[in-house]
Formats: sequence, C-alpha cells, structure tokens
Amino acid sequence: MSTPTITSSSKESSMTATLSDRRATKRLSKQLSFNPGRPAWKEPASPLYGTIKAIIIGGISLSIVIPLLLVISTSLADDEQLIAAGGFVLWPTHPSFAAYQAIFSGEFMIRALGVSAFITAVGTFLALFITITMAYATSRPVMLGRPVLMLVLFTLLFAPGLIPMFLMVKQLGLLNTVWSLILPGTFAAFNFVVMRSFFMNIPTELIEAARIDGASDFMILRKVVLPLSKAVIAVVGLFYAVGFWNAFFNAMIYINDQTLYPVQLVLRNYVVQGGSMAEAIGVTSTPPPQSMQMAIVVVALLPILIVYPFLQKHFTKGVITGAIKG
Amino acid sequence: MSQMQEETVSRIASADVSGTAPDRQRTPGRTSGKRRPLAHDVPLRKLSWRTRLGRDWQMLLMMVPGVAFLALFFYIPILGNVIAFQDYQPFLGISGSEWVGLQNFVDLYFNPDFWVALRNTIVLAVWQLVLFFPVPLGLALIVDSLVSNKLRRWFQSLVYLPHFLSWVLVIALFQQVLGGAGLVNNTLRDLGLDTVPFMTNPDTFPLLATIQLVWKDAGWAMIIFLASLASIDGSLYEAAAADGAGRWRRMWHITLPGLRSIIVLLLILRIGDILSVGFEQFLLQHDAVGAGASEVLDTFTYFAGVVGGGWSAGAAAGLAKGVVGALLIFAANKVAHRLGEPGIFQKKVGS
Repeated sequence: MSTPTITSSSKESSMTATLSDRRATKRLSKQLSFNPGRPAWKEPASPLYGTIKAIIIGGISLSIVIPLLLVISTSLADDEQLIAAGGFVLWPTHPSFAAYQAIFSGEFMIRALGVSAFITAVGTFLALFITITMAYATSRPVMLGRPVLMLVLFTLLFAPGLIPMFLMVKQLGLLNTVWSLILPGTFAAFNFVVMRSFFMNIPTELIEAARIDGASDFMILRKVVLPLSKAVIAVVGLFYAVGFWNAFFNAMIYINDQTLYPVQLVLRNYVVQGGSMAEAIGVTSTPPPQSMQMAIVVVALLPILIVYPFLQKHFTKGVITGAIKG
Repeated sequence: MSQMQEETVSRIASADVSGTAPDRQRTPGRTSGKRRPLAHDVPLRKLSWRTRLGRDWQMLLMMVPGVAFLALFFYIPILGNVIAFQDYQPFLGISGSEWVGLQNFVDLYFNPDFWVALRNTIVLAVWQLVLFFPVPLGLALIVDSLVSNKLRRWFQSLVYLPHFLSWVLVIALFQQVLGGAGLVNNTLRDLGLDTVPFMTNPDTFPLLATIQLVWKDAGWAMIIFLASLASIDGSLYEAAAADGAGRWRRMWHITLPGLRSIIVLLLILRIGDILSVGFEQFLLQHDAVGAGASEVLDTFTYFAGVVGGGWSAGAAAGLAKGVVGALLIFAANKVAHRLGEPGIFQKKVGS
C-alpha cells in the first residue's frame, strides 16, 4: 500500500467517519510515518553490499559494547571464575559484589563519590543559572546585548591558556577547595549558543503579550520562557552535568588534598597510572586488583550510562541538530 | 571538547551572529506618561540611553552573572598572559616581577623540547585529518542508507555514547583491552604467542591516539553530516532513480554535491585548528609512551609551567599557541569566504 492512498483516505475519514475509524487511520499513518520502509524507487541492497554494511555496523557496535561489557562483567565476576578465565570475563557466572565492597570499605572512595556528586550537582545548577540568564538577555534586542554577545563568541576563538588560568584560580584563593572544580566550568559558549538559539525561536508575540499584561523581564523569563524551554534546559543541563562528572584535569592541578579527589582523578591515579590501590583505599584483604580496577571504572561509568538515555532522547528530538542547522 | 565539536560550535556561532530575535513587528512601543516603553523591538537608536536603561535594567541584571564569569575566568586571565613577557616569580607577583621583553620566546625558540612538541602536534593533526576526518562522513552515509528506522536509532544511540565518556575512562577501557595485562595480550599469552605493546610503543602512538579519537568521537561528529543529509531534497533521489541512476551514481551526483559545502567548511576549519589535537588524551598517556611521542603543545605548557615551575616559559608557549591558532582560524575563515562558504563569522547581512 502506498502512502498517497492513506493520506487521501484519512482526509475522507476526517470528514465523514466515526471516531474509531479516525483512530484507526491515525494509528496507521503513525505507523507509516514511524517506519516508511524502503521507498519504491530504491533498489534493495545487493547481497555483497548488504553483507559489507552488516559487517561494518556489527563491528562498530561490538567495538563499543565489548569493552563496556568486559569491565562490568569482570568487576562482578567472583575469584574462581576470574582465575579460571585468566583475568577477564565477558559474562559473570556467579555475580559477586566483593570488588565493590572492597573499594567502598575505606572512606576514600565514598568521599570521592561524594565530591563528584557535589561538584556535579552544584556546578550544573550554577551553570544553568548563568547560561539561562545570559542566553535570554542576549536573545532579545536589548541595550548592550550585542557587545555582550561578542564577548561570549570571542571565547570560541581564543583561550586564555593554562598558566594564567591557574594563577587566577590561585589568586582567588580557590586552590585546594571544591570551588576550583566548580566555578571555572560554570559557563560554556557551546551550551550558551544552543540555549540562545532556542530562545530566539520563541515567538516574540508571546513575550510581548506577557509584557502588555504587566510582566517584568524576570517574570517573563520565569513564567513564559522557562516553561517553553524544558527540553533545551534538560539537554544543556545534562551536558554540563556530564562535563562536571567527567572533569579530571582541573582536579589534578588545583587539588592536592586527597580527601577532595573526585572519582575521575581516582580512576586516573589508580587505574590508568596503576598506583597501589589497596594502600590508598585502606583495605587489607583484597579481591584481585583487576576486578577492583574494573569496579572503579564502573563507578565512573555508571552515572553516564544512567543519564545517557535521557540525554539521547532529547538530542535526537532535534534540539541540538536544530541549533546546528541554525 | 573534541575538535569536531568545536567545529559544530563554530557552525552554530555562524548562524547566530547574523541577528537577534526575529523582529516581527517594528511598531514603536508606547511611551505615554512615566510607563516604560513596552516592546523590546523599538529601533534602539531612537531612544536615549536613560530610557533604554529604564526599559532594560532587568535584562542587564541578567547579564551580570555571565559577564562576571567571563571577566573572572576569561578576560582577566587573558591579561595574565603578560607574565609571558616577564621573569615571573610567584612570591613577587605580576607587579613585582622583572620585565624581560621577548626573552621567553627566544628561549622557546632555542628549546629542542618545544620543537618536539610542535612536531608531534602537527604529526598528530595530520593523522587525525587523514584517518579521523573521513570516518564520520562514511558513518553518516551508512546510517543514512539504513532502511529500518529501528536499527538506525539503535545504532545511532550506540555510537554517540562514547562521546560522553571521559578521556580517563576511555584510556582505562583501552588499557583493559589492549594494555600489557589487557584482554588481547592475555589471550595472546594463553595461546603462547608474543605480546604486542599496543599502549606503550612510541612509534605507533599516533595511530593508537587516532584510533582512540575515532572510537570516542567519530559517532558524535557524524551528527552534523546527518543533519545536512536530511536537508537534501528526497525527490532528487527519486527523479535520478527514475532516470536509471543506480546507488553509486546517486551518491556521486546527489549526496556528495549536497554535502560539499559542509565537507569543505569542516575541512578548512580543521586545518585552521591544526595546533589543537586534544590535551587530556596525551597527558594521560604521557608516562606510558614517553614525551618523545606524546608531548604536544598543550602538555608542553603544562609540564614546563605547572610541573616544572617555569611559569613564564609555559605562559609564553601557551600564548604563542593561542595567538597563532587564532590567526590560523581567521585565515581559514577567509579561505572559506573566498570559496563562497559561510565560514565561522558571517558578515552581518542587512542589520
């Protein structure tokens, strides 16, 4: 059945038919728009081409899935299976949380998790506040809007450099505090641009209508603009959150105090650099180091895997690609 | 941020500079009595700054946090680059340190380590250009050719995922699979074969680094190609197919011309951004493969300045890189304009 027939019948039905008829047509056209299938003019793939494509897609998928599966499974595997398999397993036969119990037995890892959670939560909140206010104020033709916009866009072209940033953070007295991990990351021009182009697409009429009803700019932002922008706020917020969670370099240069280490720095010091974990974490009897390393990897990975479906749902909705297309 | 994402940023910025919110009605706001004018779309020049301040003070207040951020963590640190022209001593501060003019840059010029870092940066950039750049394009073409929407979505979700993993995590995953005690070498050892030092061989490091980058960011970089593929008119394909054009001719005569401008733009931007190849990735593997292969300009700045205490030398290297990088981006943009592409900074059209 071809698409034109459906659309014409749906037109007829909307004029004459009963409610259930209309529902059926709606469901059918929804199915069709969800998966239009192969267009009539497109020839089916030749066996060779189809096989090559399947191999490429399969290979790429496996290259992403296998490492993730490997670390999760190995972190959950028990000693016997690990020894039998020679260090790595792709599926834990008897899942055990011994490795997690070990890394969380000292205060070290719990603190690191706390620090990461704190900088992610507070940082995302501050970053959203700064980005939303700035993006809204420059999205309307107001006094000084254009020069301020230029101030932001210039940051895309040039970076102040590592050393001057370090000296600035030091000058502000933020060294060895969590604020050195939060404040420098509370604004990103990329997120600003995404947010601003979304605000610019909000019809001026809505805003003017609110103004005529006596709303102030603050009130318009809160009562009109923000409720319309939930999707973009979610995406930008998640971008910031992922950024804060993933940051390790700031911690590496600004933090000396081990009790302020975020998870990523622990991961770097004890997995990538292979430092002795048992000592730092303060555990005496340990499961194999392999599974403890894997457990730390999973602790750093899991929050991303958890928020990813939400993130993905929104950016495929077109918030980001819409912004890219301008 | 990966370089592809930076390119995305620039694309976005280009759409932006050309204007603020659409001025739908240019009707002047009411100015009766003491009420502030209603509309924001009154032509600005017609109002005195007092009136504008009265009208816009809340908007100005909203800019304060952002401007404060930019001042503290962007513009004041930029001024801090003056230490590149000083013999900076932390206990003397910027005002107390001695001015040495261009001495730091001269020292840099005669420092062999700096040239190693520069060479590595350019070598890595070329590797990335040759091996990384075409991958997202190819991926986008494959994804675009998938008929099943379900498979398409599923595959897209999967390849975007690594972009959101931190570099620490990516390197850790690579170590677990390819490292000396990793999955592959473990298997080789069990089979009685020689192990391969994938992660620590300086000679093959550029290849390894590029593969890591492809794994992490190629999927994400595909988005921009998918967006322009979606904007190609589907009836062109249908007409071509009706005229007997096969799969490959359609790709050659419709798809690739449709992508031409975005390909040219991204290519030029990448070349303009040649001094930035990434930082964390190389810092993390600095110990494993040694400075000879993994030192890039950014890590040179870090090790010379923060680790070695040569604040001024580090700042000089950072400043040189920043300035040359900005000039290259400007030049790339000029080239883009010459070729009739929009580039990063559009000239304002009719505003």
